[in-house]
Amino acid sequence: MDTLLLRVGGWLAIVFFAFIAMVLAADTGFAVHMAIIAMAAGITLWVTINKADYAAIGRGILKAPADPGIYDDDPIRWGVIATIFWGIAGMAVGLIIALQLAFPVLNLNNEYTTFGRLRPLHTSAVVFAFGGNALIATSYYVVQRTCRARLAFPGLARFVFWGYQLFIVLAATGYLMGITQSKEYAEPEWYVDLWLTIVWLCYAAVFIGTVVRRSEPHIYVANWFYLSFILTIAMLHVVNGLSMPVSLLGSKSYAAFAGVQDALTQWWYGHNAVGFFLTAGFLAMMYYFVPKQAERPVYSYRLSIIHFWSLIFLYIWAGPHHLHYTALPDWAQTLGMVFSIVLWMPSWGGMINGLMTLNGAWDKIRTDPIIRMMVLALAFYGMSTFEGPMMSIKAVNSLSHYTDWTVGHVHSGALGWNGMITFACLYYLVPRLWGKERLYSLRMVNWHFWLATLGIVLYAASMWVAGIMQGLMWREYGDDGYLVYAFSEVVSAMLPMYLIRAAGGLLYLAGAFVLVYNVWMTIAGKQREEKPMTETPHNEDLDKPIVGKPAIAPAE
Amino acid sequence: MSGFAEKHKKLERNVTLLGAAAFVTVAIGGIVEIAPLFWIDNTIEKVEGMRPYTPLELAGRNIYIREGCYSCHSQMVRPFRDEVERYGHYSLAAESMYDHPFQWGSKRTGPDLARVGGRYSDEWHVQHLIDPRSVVPESIMPPYAFLAKKDLKAGDMAKHLTAQRRLGVPYTEEAIAAANADLMAQADPEAVTTDLVERYPKAQVRDFDGDPDRLTEMDALVAYLQMIGTLVDFEAGEAQEQPR
Repeated sequence: MDTLLLRVGGWLAIVFFAFIAMVLAADTGFAVHMAIIAMAAGITLWVTINKADYAAIGRGILKAPADPGIYDDDPIRWGVIATIFWGIAGMAVGLIIALQLAFPVLNLNNEYTTFGRLRPLHTSAVVFAFGGNALIATSYYVVQRTCRARLAFPGLARFVFWGYQLFIVLAATGYLMGITQSKEYAEPEWYVDLWLTIVWLCYAAVFIGTVVRRSEPHIYVANWFYLSFILTIAMLHVVNGLSMPVSLLGSKSYAAFAGVQDALTQWWYGHNAVGFFLTAGFLAMMYYFVPKQAERPVYSYRLSIIHFWSLIFLYIWAGPHHLHYTALPDWAQTLGMVFSIVLWMPSWGGMINGLMTLNGAWDKIRTDPIIRMMVLALAFYGMSTFEGPMMSIKAVNSLSHYTDWTVGHVHSGALGWNGMITFACLYYLVPRLWGKERLYSLRMVNWHFWLATLGIVLYAASMWVAGIMQGLMWREYGDDGYLVYAFSEVVSAMLPMYLIRAAGGLLYLAGAFVLVYNVWMTIAGKQREEKPMTETPHNEDLDKPIVGKPAIAPAE
Repeated sequence: MSGFAEKHKKLERNVTLLGAAAFVTVAIGGIVEIAPLFWIDNTIEKVEGMRPYTPLELAGRNIYIREGCYSCHSQMVRPFRDEVERYGHYSLAAESMYDHPFQWGSKRTGPDLARVGGRYSDEWHVQHLIDPRSVVPESIMPPYAFLAKKDLKAGDMAKHLTAQRRLGVPYTEEAIAAANADLMAQADPEAVTTDLVERYPKAQVRDFDGDPDRLTEMDALVAYLQMIGTLVDFEAGEAQEQPR
């Protein structure tokens, strides 16, 4: 009972202080955010009081102990739903801003719906809301299965889930109100950063705590990747988020570093948000779900050791390739370029380890659309980790930097690698988490696969053309020795490419809606009657011996 | 080979060792690459003319950040012939030494703005921000008409300058004391601004948005745009013919 009172008191205090901060706020945005926090704490308070097991408290324990014989899957089920919800939201905003670039009237002449405010909403929603929820949910799933242990600190695990959703809501509403630090992929302001730090440390505690409680002597390779992802993101987030608030009751802050130092800190963060959030974390997903779905062991244990340590060591150095030919000192640019090129090798080590896991099961690409998605994801991982080192070469970068080629590169990685591996994992998880025999429809997975693949092809191809065209037009000189194109002419040349890109995005989003329907029906317990993906032909009539005539005609 | 795999088993069995080793591995790159930028002297060249932002410019810069202008506009001219001809002298590290945070950007959906100051008239900027396609038909920039309608509510500028000073921007005591007055004065053609210009050399003092009765967000943003890249005098450093 004491613990319950303590918790109720704690949430009540948060409601109280958030309310005070709302009243005293220096700006409207901060007041809105404090109202959201007060509401969130209020809901938690209400749930704490209502859901408390008073009979158990009467017996002297806070909560009836959960069944130790099953894994703790509740937060994973919530995470799967959240991943899908934020994925649809983030991709839809992506489609809107893609269309805004083709049809500027869609900015609606309104301060809340301009491209400048919606763009961070799109990037944060797909990277941190869709990707982040997928990572948290799958890490909870994988760490329990590979350690043969229930989640450590179940209450904290639930706090991490809901705390992370609150972070997403604060970040997203902040962008619409113009609350931003302007650091790409680290836009939330100081108080939201602090909140995420608390949630992240709790996440680390749950994950590491579960590993400590494991029944297996060895820590499985997927968990090395999850561990390095959690630790590195904590480091990057804290250092890049250092800032000086103008007022403790206002949203505005100034970044701790300025100019060159701030630029390199930001891209050290920015590139490793890709390296650890979107690569190490998703490789962890790959290392569990690909072998499970293929029913084959990981191809090479040694390769996983070599590529794990080299990947995490090398990635950190690659940030300066975002700053080629800027005012960043040359030595840092060159160092960043060299490490980016070397990084190609461990990246392909991961791809090879994943693809070769299918050794002896290659036929599944034809028969199992989930495996097909995983293979496509790995192929795109390989492709974008080749394209990245190439673009980090200074001579190539002089053309590609500032253009849509970069946007295309990011999306071939994000849509192809992160999106596809996440969808494949969701298809694997949903029937198992909800105790269903199989997915509602495997053929719809196939539909999703082709819609998404076609979408990525249109997206990447149009952005290659757009980016290279931009780069070449900007530097085009005529015979008279003058620049040929005004900037505005280059802008209008982009229109067809922007339309094709939006079409690609629409197809990809349509594929995600197919997933929503399929998952919805699966959870509802339905099974679609459909032709199986593969059939070995069998004809009953032909399956008998030939009788009544001689097998071979006698010789004359 | 098998030897190293055997040794690795030690790490695989101990999450503390594994975590510590992974953390050291990822920390090295940042330490070697970023830390020296803070103490190698020639990272930021010494040039004349750099000064902290005036309160109005800083408020305008905060609007630039709030609206996410960096999503589409870089502020970093690279040292290539075409960029220097298109935009102006390539950017120096010193030019963003007081930029908390930096605004170099990563994408040019619109043109670079590192040298936009003084390139167009105030009227052009106001018209362009209200309705971009009325002056550049090919433009795909969102309209920012609301800036002209909204009064500038920058908050207590003394607090903003104090926060910046804590981070090392050299605002003086008197600059902080006069921050709110300076904010109003810079866009007020009637105000006495000798102190302001003395504190902030090359500060441009006038009504920026065409509505002298009000201090709007448009005033602040245009004041900022008109000063970007104007502080360092590059002509003084250009090669000159020796008089004979």
